[in-house]
Amino acid sequence: MMEDRTEHDPVTGTETTGHNWDGIQELNTPLPRWWLWTFYLTIIWGIGYCIAYPAWPLIDRATPGLLGYSTRAEVEAQIEAVDARNADVAARLASADLATLGRNDPAYHYGVAGGAAVFRAHCSQCHGAGAAGALGYPNLLDDDWLWGGTLDAIAATVRHGIRNDTDDDARWSEMPAYGEFLEAEQIAAATEFVLQLSGQPHDSQLATSGATVFAEECASCHMEAGTGDRETGAPDLTDAIWLYGGDREAITESITNSRFGVMPAWGPRLDEVEIKAVTLYVHQLGGGE
Amino acid sequence: MSTISKHRILERSPTLLLIFSLLVVSVGGIVEIAPLFYLENTIEDVEGVRPYSPLELAGRDIYVREGCYVCHSQMIRPMRDEVERYGHYSLAAESKYDHPFQWGSKRTGPDLARVGGRYSDAWHVDHFIDPQSVVPQSVMPKYAFLADARLEDELIEDLLATHRLVGVPYTDEMLAEARADFHAQADPDADTDGLLERYPGAVVSNFDGQPELTEMDAIIAYMQMLGTLVDFSTFTPDETR
Repeated sequence: MMEDRTEHDPVTGTETTGHNWDGIQELNTPLPRWWLWTFYLTIIWGIGYCIAYPAWPLIDRATPGLLGYSTRAEVEAQIEAVDARNADVAARLASADLATLGRNDPAYHYGVAGGAAVFRAHCSQCHGAGAAGALGYPNLLDDDWLWGGTLDAIAATVRHGIRNDTDDDARWSEMPAYGEFLEAEQIAAATEFVLQLSGQPHDSQLATSGATVFAEECASCHMEAGTGDRETGAPDLTDAIWLYGGDREAITESITNSRFGVMPAWGPRLDEVEIKAVTLYVHQLGGGE
Repeated sequence: MSTISKHRILERSPTLLLIFSLLVVSVGGIVEIAPLFYLENTIEDVEGVRPYSPLELAGRDIYVREGCYVCHSQMIRPMRDEVERYGHYSLAAESKYDHPFQWGSKRTGPDLARVGGRYSDAWHVDHFIDPQSVVPQSVMPKYAFLADARLEDELIEDLLATHRLVGVPYTDEMLAEARADFHAQADPDADTDGLLERYPGAVVSNFDGQPELTEMDAIIAYMQMLGTLVDFSTFTPDETR
């Protein structure tokens, strides 16, 4: 009988496995009790978990679990809870006329703070974390606006975007690439005239002939005096603010190949309160009109 | 004889030990493998999800090749902070045509599951060429070479066929038109009716602004469609899933 073979180590009194190698015996030391009980507890815990929470895959979904837990329901509940906390002030902002909204109104503060968060999540990648813009992406801190800096104009730009294909109401204009229409000398002359307009060092002789080119080709959008037109998003060429650079090389490039800055429409991604909030935020950065 | 002692019977018979070992291991195997055979039942049916267009698929290959998944996840988890920042949480169906999926597990950069349409093509070009030019605090390496790498079309049909082999429902028509669709998507002047019928919602644009078809075109085409296929204004996911 197997029990009969049970042997005990004479030194420790521990049971041996009965295996014997050249006189060396293997002890069958029991597992520590605390470890063993912890192990059993995890098994019990595992069974309980399978009953309480979604666990076993069945034909088209997993067992739902007695607690009815769902990550999707939980995130919905979390979002609803936060929305409910803000419901009053959000509704106030949603129905407010931004132009007459008082600076001490709670909805104004909610909008500016919430707008800052919206801006960091959605706008900062192009316009910069501090809204100072980058080459090709407008600075929103100054009072030089391409499409208008009133609350309504900012909200319209946010909602519909600029020169995108997804929103029929997107702001739209397209400067021709004059490399296809004008001679290189004419472009060089127009460049000198634009340099003159913005008060930079220029070749005044070339600029004189450039003035004729400008009047014929550019003035319809950039205006006779070069001060730009917000109806078409044509920039003011008389100041020192340049979206794509204001040196001779950059201006030549702009005239020759044109520029076509695109901004996505945020209407489909942001809700009304978020659009109003980010509008308030951008408006109060410094240049709001 | 105690139960424990009966175990010795198994230990002393190699054949029995083998048979019982297989039985034990197969329990784990059945739990993990069996659900895969009826996986199609478990993925919820979501309207709008379609196979990648040839150009998007080529862009996805570049994404995999460059190891973008090492720093970018494509999995918006169902948590409030993620939903607020990135948009609706990801659905399994949205990556059902991914072989392999690009969920990733690390976010040195932001999640890209819904990056489509968030930025202009020109922003993507600027950002790939020199990420710090638009996001100064970024640690992303430069991928300017993508704009110089010409993209060839000879293998595109095979690429689609390979994906069909592993279960992506590319039709014979899609395979036959693969090469034409591949070029048409990056050419706003091309006739794209067929392309848009086969791949609804595909973004047609000269993505990189260059006349040649480059890897930059492909990867931006892929970026611009990520997460855009499901219309969440009409689709409400089942909360019990």
